[in-house]
Parts: sequence; C-alpha cells; structure tokens
Amino acid sequence: MSQTQDGHPSFLQHHFSDVEQQRESAKLGMWLFLVTEILLFGGLFVFYAIYRAWHPEMFINAHTVVNIGMGTTNTIVLITSSVTMALAIRSMQLGKQSQTIWFLVSTLLLAGTFMVVKYFEYAHKFDLGQLPGKFYTFTGIEGTNPHVFFSAYFLMTGLHGIHVLIGMGIIVWLIIKTRAGMFSPQYYTHIEMTGLYWHLVDLIWIFLFPLFYLVG
Amino acid sequence: MNKIPDTHYLNCKKGIKSWLTTVDHKRIGILYLFSIMFFFFVGGMFAVLLRLELLTPNELYISSDTYNQFFTLHGAIMIFLFIIPAIPAILGNFVLPIMIGAKDVAFPRLNLASWYIYIVGALFAVFSLVSGGVDTGWTFYTPYSTTTTTSVISITLGAFILGFSSIFTGLNFIVTVHKLRSPGMTWFKMPLFVWGMYATALIQVLATPVLGITLALLIMERLIGIGIFDPAMGGDPVLFQHFFWFYSHPAVYIMILPGMAIISEMITAHSHKKIFGYKAIAYSSLGIAFASFIVWGHHMFTSGQSELAAMIFSFLTFFVAIPSGIKVFNWVATLYKGSIAFTTPMLYTLAFLFLFSIGGLTGIFLGALSVDIHLHDTYFIVAHFHYVMVGGTVIAFLGGLHHWWPKMWGRMYNETLAKISCGLIFVGFNMTFFTQFIMGANGMPRRYHLYDEMYRPFHAFSTYGSMVMAVGFFLMAYYLIRSLYNGKPAGNNPWGALTYEWAVSSPPPEHNFDDIPITDHGPYDYDKVVAKSTLTEN
Repeated sequence: MSQTQDGHPSFLQHHFSDVEQQRESAKLGMWLFLVTEILLFGGLFVFYAIYRAWHPEMFINAHTVVNIGMGTTNTIVLITSSVTMALAIRSMQLGKQSQTIWFLVSTLLLAGTFMVVKYFEYAHKFDLGQLPGKFYTFTGIEGTNPHVFFSAYFLMTGLHGIHVLIGMGIIVWLIIKTRAGMFSPQYYTHIEMTGLYWHLVDLIWIFLFPLFYLVG
Repeated sequence: MNKIPDTHYLNCKKGIKSWLTTVDHKRIGILYLFSIMFFFFVGGMFAVLLRLELLTPNELYISSDTYNQFFTLHGAIMIFLFIIPAIPAILGNFVLPIMIGAKDVAFPRLNLASWYIYIVGALFAVFSLVSGGVDTGWTFYTPYSTTTTTSVISITLGAFILGFSSIFTGLNFIVTVHKLRSPGMTWFKMPLFVWGMYATALIQVLATPVLGITLALLIMERLIGIGIFDPAMGGDPVLFQHFFWFYSHPAVYIMILPGMAIISEMITAHSHKKIFGYKAIAYSSLGIAFASFIVWGHHMFTSGQSELAAMIFSFLTFFVAIPSGIKVFNWVATLYKGSIAFTTPMLYTLAFLFLFSIGGLTGIFLGALSVDIHLHDTYFIVAHFHYVMVGGTVIAFLGGLHHWWPKMWGRMYNETLAKISCGLIFVGFNMTFFTQFIMGANGMPRRYHLYDEMYRPFHAFSTYGSMVMAVGFFLMAYYLIRSLYNGKPAGNNPWGALTYEWAVSSPPPEHNFDDIPITDHGPYDYDKVVAKSTLTEN
C-alpha cells in the first residue's frame, strides 16, 4: 500500500488509514482527556467534602454571604452557551458555515458574560476581605476556620474560570478557522471536540453552583 | 553478512531542526532516550555521593543539610525524571506502534509536545537544584514541606508539569492501542509488551491528575496558606499523605508494569518458546492496574489513619501479590524446555526474576500490619523499594534497552562487555541493597545522616557495592556509545523473534512499513512458525 493514495482528503493524516479511524481516535483521546479533567477537579471536590464534614456549621454560615442571584444568572448563561455550542456543531454537520460562526460567536459572548459576572462577584469579595487562607480578614462568619470555605470557593471557581478562559481562546480560534473554510460536513472534528470540552466545563459548574450557592 | 539499509528513520532527514520538530515516534523515543539517560546519570551521581558519605558513622565530607538535599534530589530526579517516563517514553514510543502494525502513535504532535513538556518540567527541577535544593524527601510531606525555606515550589511545579508529559504519553498509547491496530491484530494477538504498556497508560491517565491537583494545593498552601494541609491554618497533614499516595502508589505500578511488559517479551524471544499463559499475563497486568488504586493506605500505617482503615488496606495489599505471582510463575514456566540463549537480554531477564521476587516478597512482609510497625521508616523499606524499582524496573529497562538496541541503531553492542557489565550491576546491586535489609531489620532508620557505630560494617559494605554497580554502569555507557560507531550490523532479526518490529529493517524505515502487515500468527507462535531470520553467531 502506498503512503498517499490518490483521492485521500487533505485533512487525513498519513498514519491513519481512513477518515473514520482518524475521527474515532480524536474522540477517544478527547474523552480520556475529559476523564483526567474530572480527576483533577475531583481532588478539589474531596477537599470540599472533607472540610464540609469537619466544619458543617461554618459552611452553612458561609453560604449566606455568596450572591445567589449572580450564581443563578451565571448558571443560566453557561447552560445557554452549551446549547449554542451544540447548535454550532449541528450547523457544521449540515454544512451551514455562516450559521456555525454565528453560534460560535454567541457561545463566546455568553462565556464572556459569565466571566464578567464572575469578575463582579470576585471584586465584591475582595472588598469585604472574604479571601482564601491567610488573606481572609472578614469577620461576619461564625464557626471554625471560615477561611477554608473561601479557599475552596476561590480554588474551585478559579480553576473553573481558567477553563472557561481557555475554552474562549479555543472558540476564537475555531471562529477564525471556520471563516477560513477549514471545516466541512465531512470534517468538523475540532468543533466537535471543543463542544465536548465546553460541555464538561458547563457540567463542572453545575456541580459547583449547588455546592457553594444553594446547599445551606 | 548483514547490512544496514541505505535510508532509515535516523538519516531520512538531516539536521538538528529535523530532530527538534520531528513527529516520528521512533525519533521522539531517541530524544527521550538521551534526555532521560542524562537525568539517570545525575540521579545516579547523587546516589554515589550519598553512599560515599555513609561510609563512616560521622560526617565525612557533607553537612547534614546537604545530605538531606542530596537524598531528596536523588529520589525526586530518579522517580519523576527517570523511572516513570523511562520505559514508556523511550522503549514504548519506539516499539509500540511497530508492534501493532501502525505507522505512528495516534497523536504524533501530542507525542512531541510531551517531550517538550518533559524538558520544561526538568528545567524547573534543575532550577530548584541550583537555587538552594530541596530537603523534604521526594514525598514532600506536610507540614515540613510548607515550612522549609528550600525551593519546594519549583520542584513540585516541575513534578506537576512532568505529570502532563506522562498523561499525554499514556493517553496516546491508549488511543493507539484501541484504534490503530493493523488488520488481524486482535487484542489477544498483541504482544504482551503492548498489554503492559496499555495497563500502564490506564494508570497514568487515571492517577496522574490527582498528583497534579495535590501538588497544586501544596503550592497554594505555601503561597497563600489556604488551610488544607497546614495544621497552623486548620489543615490536616495526613490528608496530604492520602492525596499523595492515591497517586504515588499507583505510580509505583506505572514504574513496574512496563518492566514486567519487557520481561514478557524478552523471556519468550530469548528462549524461543511460546509464552506460557498468555492470557493470564495479559489479564494480570490489568489486575495490577486495578489493585494499584485501592492499596494506598499501606504507606500510612503509622501516620494516624483509623485502625479499621489500616486493616482493610493491609488486607487489600496482599491481593497485589496474586497477579504479580501469576506473572512470575508464567515466566518461569516459559523457560521450561525452551531453547534458552544466554544473551545479555536473557541475563537481565533472569536477574529480574531473582531480584523482583525478593522485592515482591519483602513487600508482603511490609503489608502485614504488625511487621510494618517494626520495619517502617528503616533501611528495610529502602532495600525493598530498591529491589522492586532497581532490581525490577531498571534491570528490565536495561534488558529491554539491550534487546531493542540493535533495532534502534542497526548495530550490535559488544556482547562480552555487556555480560560483564550485567554481572557487575547484579553483584553490586545485591551487595548494596541486601545489606540494607539486614541493617533495616536491626533498626537502622532511613534518611539518617549520622548513625550508630554498630551499623558501620553494613554501611561500608553497601557503599562498596554501590561502587561496583557504578563501574558496571560506566562500562555499559562505554560499549553502548561505542557500538553506535563500530558495532556489527545487526540485521533485521538478531534474536529470531516473531513480533512485528523484527520484521522491518534495523533501523526501521521512516514510516515503519511499506505495506501494512497482516497478522496470521500470534506474536509467540515459535512452535508454528520457523523464524526465517538468521540467528547471529556471536
């Protein structure tokens, strides 16, 4: 068998025998990557669970100072962005390039909104001294070691926020490449993989939201 | 007379840039070979310096602070920069795709990225080495690691980054094994090396992220005092140990499973006999991978976890012995009535069987609660893990390096010098570490700089052993480097083995295969297939 047979599409890398194999490999690789992400966050969820079990009253008291309104807004914003991301994939499957770009831009704007809301939440907490670890100066929470609550809060939402920012960067790249005509109904792996990543980021938030804002 | 082919992966493209931008899995394996061996040398030098210092009970030439830094750097460099990446990144990268009939790994660019990430992580480790060292031990236990003034952050950040390199290699292998096998290469026709790499890759992907977050939390604890591990901030130092060993126990199987994978290949190739119990060996790799995740508490018998937890962890620890035992018995059974060739790889295989059995059995002692109370934190532990890690993994790695050296470079090394070197390493190793079992059982604590006069003869003997071992390693470096220039051309199949990598030329062509190979026999069907190849007469 020769290295490059005539009629092979240009996006097929030389070490794959067909497009299907290449797509399947990318998908499996992406799922494995998502597993590592879950395990990475898993450590932080364990952190939360253990300290909540040790200081239940402090955690309940600390819940009252987070802004449920902003948290709810952000939840709605992020779930909506997952919908637009899924629609972007569907549009490319149907070969509608401009519609794909439109949905990707919507996803980007929603992600931006999420980060802006997050900024205001963080800024408010910085003003009040509701900070992690030894920077904690707030006095309004009763219970033992309230700084640990904010350590967990900032680490978990912070790491999640970094993931949102990385996702935004990838979406910008996707918009540029989609405009340049890189993708087609036969080849849209990058958009699909970004979609998987984006849904995971969304899913992690869906766990963070009740843990920090709702459970009292 | 064998000839080296005119064009192969080493000379198809020229120049340093072609190496630094290569996506060829074989060239990436070679890049890893040189970088990892460099750190093996650095870590080894620390070991020699440590042994030299321990020649006498009192201070010989370094202070206690320097001594603490030396054993930390020896451990951290050997674990994170040498033994974890060594077999998968060098030998796995080189032979795994060829073994399953693929032209490359599934994600070649990710593969190259993993090498660059390795280099970046290594630079952080080197930075902490020159900026004052680290004295926490390679385990970075809190609360000491959150209070010491040495460069803990840069070395843990280095280990964090190296974790990504390890994850990318593992992820690549899993996808490659699932999706890139050639037609006819079913799961149970895969060479056992591939099975071992696959099991290793599963642990790499599932355990390493936890180390990542643990080290990230340790760094945050040092930077802003988040209060998770530091008792002064309301944290729990034992929680760090749980987090750390949840990764680091599986990690010792990341180290040993690839060694076992190599032994499975070498024992059948050099005894020219079908492997005994193929499926049992394949499944036991997965069994070890699974068991590795449920035994981490046996590192913490004395650190204050509940007695019930300690009992459960002790009980579970014994389970690890079952798949390991299955492997050892199958290897020995493979030798029975085989046509054993006493080549260098075979000598390493036999050394492995001997040393790994001692290392594994002493692990059972340590898994028993009452015995562990007596032996924990003594030289018995040091001897145990060196028997597994050096006597097991490093010996297997060296054997594998000799086994595939002719494939990598197309040339043979000097067989006589190789056997002498193997003998020196084997004897030196036992002198160094068997002594430590006795010392440890008599109560010599690990990591002590100054010790009681009664241990002096043991320490001295151990130090002499390490010198013998060092001579063996330098001899190896000499003849391996020399073989690159004037070794005899090896031919495609110097061992008469049946796996795919021996069907292609030595060194292999750039894209491995001109035609995608089709499997019609198993990898070890020595009884069915008369190997067409020539057994070299050296």
